Amino acid sequence: MDIGDDDIDHLLLKIKDQYGYDFTNYARASLLRRIIRFIRIHNLPDITELEKAVLNDENFFEVFVQELTVTVTEMFRDPSFYKAIREKVIPALGTYPHLRIWDAGCSTGEEVYSLSILLKEEELYDRSIIYATDINQKVLMQAKEGIYDLSQMQEYTTNYINAGGKRAFSDYYYAKYKRAIFDASLRKNVIFSAHNLATDSSFNEFNLIVCRNVLIYFNKELQRRVIELFLDSLTMFGYLALGAKETLALTGLANHFETVDKNEKIYRRIK
Amino acid sequence: MKGKKYELITLGGSLGGIEALSMLLQSLPEHFPLPIVVVLHRLRNVKSSLVDLLATKAKITVKEADEKEPIKPGVMYIAPANYHLLIEKDKTLSLCISELVNYSRPSIDVTFQSAADVYKDKLIGILLTGANEDGAEGLQYMAEQGGLTIVQEPSEAQSPVMPLGALKRFKPEYILDIEGIKKFLLELDSYAR
Repeated sequence: MDIGDDDIDHLLLKIKDQYGYDFTNYARASLLRRIIRFIRIHNLPDITELEKAVLNDENFFEVFVQELTVTVTEMFRDPSFYKAIREKVIPALGTYPHLRIWDAGCSTGEEVYSLSILLKEEELYDRSIIYATDINQKVLMQAKEGIYDLSQMQEYTTNYINAGGKRAFSDYYYAKYKRAIFDASLRKNVIFSAHNLATDSSFNEFNLIVCRNVLIYFNKELQRRVIELFLDSLTMFGYLALGAKETLALTGLANHFETVDKNEKIYRRIK
Repeated sequence: MKGKKYELITLGGSLGGIEALSMLLQSLPEHFPLPIVVVLHRLRNVKSSLVDLLATKAKITVKEADEKEPIKPGVMYIAPANYHLLIEKDKTLSLCISELVNYSRPSIDVTFQSAADVYKDKLIGILLTGANEDGAEGLQYMAEQGGLTIVQEPSEAQSPVMPLGALKRFKPEYILDIEGIKKFLLELDSYAR
């Protein structure tokens, strides 16, 4: 499908004007893929018709945003990351009477439930509040429900074990009609809320911010903005955890952090 | 022949791909002039030693692709497990975790299509052995955008499904065995010097 950069610029600026959602600093290669996929799924002839449809119908725009921003996730994705959190971050967090944690870009919630499970097992859950945010309202609703495909549990169980899980993973959910329904206590201390990293500002101070595999969707300018936002939102010596392939290096703000775990991209604010 | 105008080689494979790639890699000289972006299907959530394994056999630099990393000549970039690998207009590498494509992440189609969008006729695409048809559509798209396409001779491939998938769709510039692909790459090298 022939879609030029100009076409995309035009679409994104119109969307920004009309709806306030700013995708102009999203990484283009992946954005282009999402747009082409959306055009195909909805049987639209080209990007011009997409633009018309999106601007004329707010509901359709919502559907478009969901397609554009959905990120696939897993419970205990990268088990070694959770292991590193257990071993290198939890001991320090345990010294605080109250903990605020921000899961930025929580998508459908698999990461939040993983964090809740981990905090429970480390006996920190009862003094923690987790803010789970995403730009996408629909995934937030799914996250609140905590219901996932039963077929995925085998993989998640393996992940959980490799992440240093201390119980049986099946303790945390029950199965019903091919669905795994997660224990409501795992979201007792979770606040789900919409937040747009591209446009919204800091809303609290956190001891730990987890933002994994979100920066990869942004260009360098937006990556810098988001890290600035995180700096504003971290307590001194608060922790920042990024995705395994993400880096602070491109943002010019690396000097504000010390590295806690190089491979797992866990950092700590030092100034 | 071919030669100077090319700026990037993309290479995809699945079952048997590691062995095939190792053989190609061993023959590449230290200062090979083009960057190579490689997508091999891998197990998800398994820290594999694929890069180390390949690097020990190579004279060129072999590394896992990093987020927004500029593409440099003479370096082989391997798509990380559980990420799709894309290429931005400014010729940097970009990762994403959208849905599986052809049951795969990384998917060869995703990288091939993205590379073709950026490099058009300055791109060489090579599809090796594999047990599913990921890569076939991407390679065809690459050919449509003016790229030069090579498919491994199916009778020689450890699993012919992937090369045959491409041949069902279109006629690539070359169908070569591993020796032939080696030769092609070396000629490319001598031409560019």
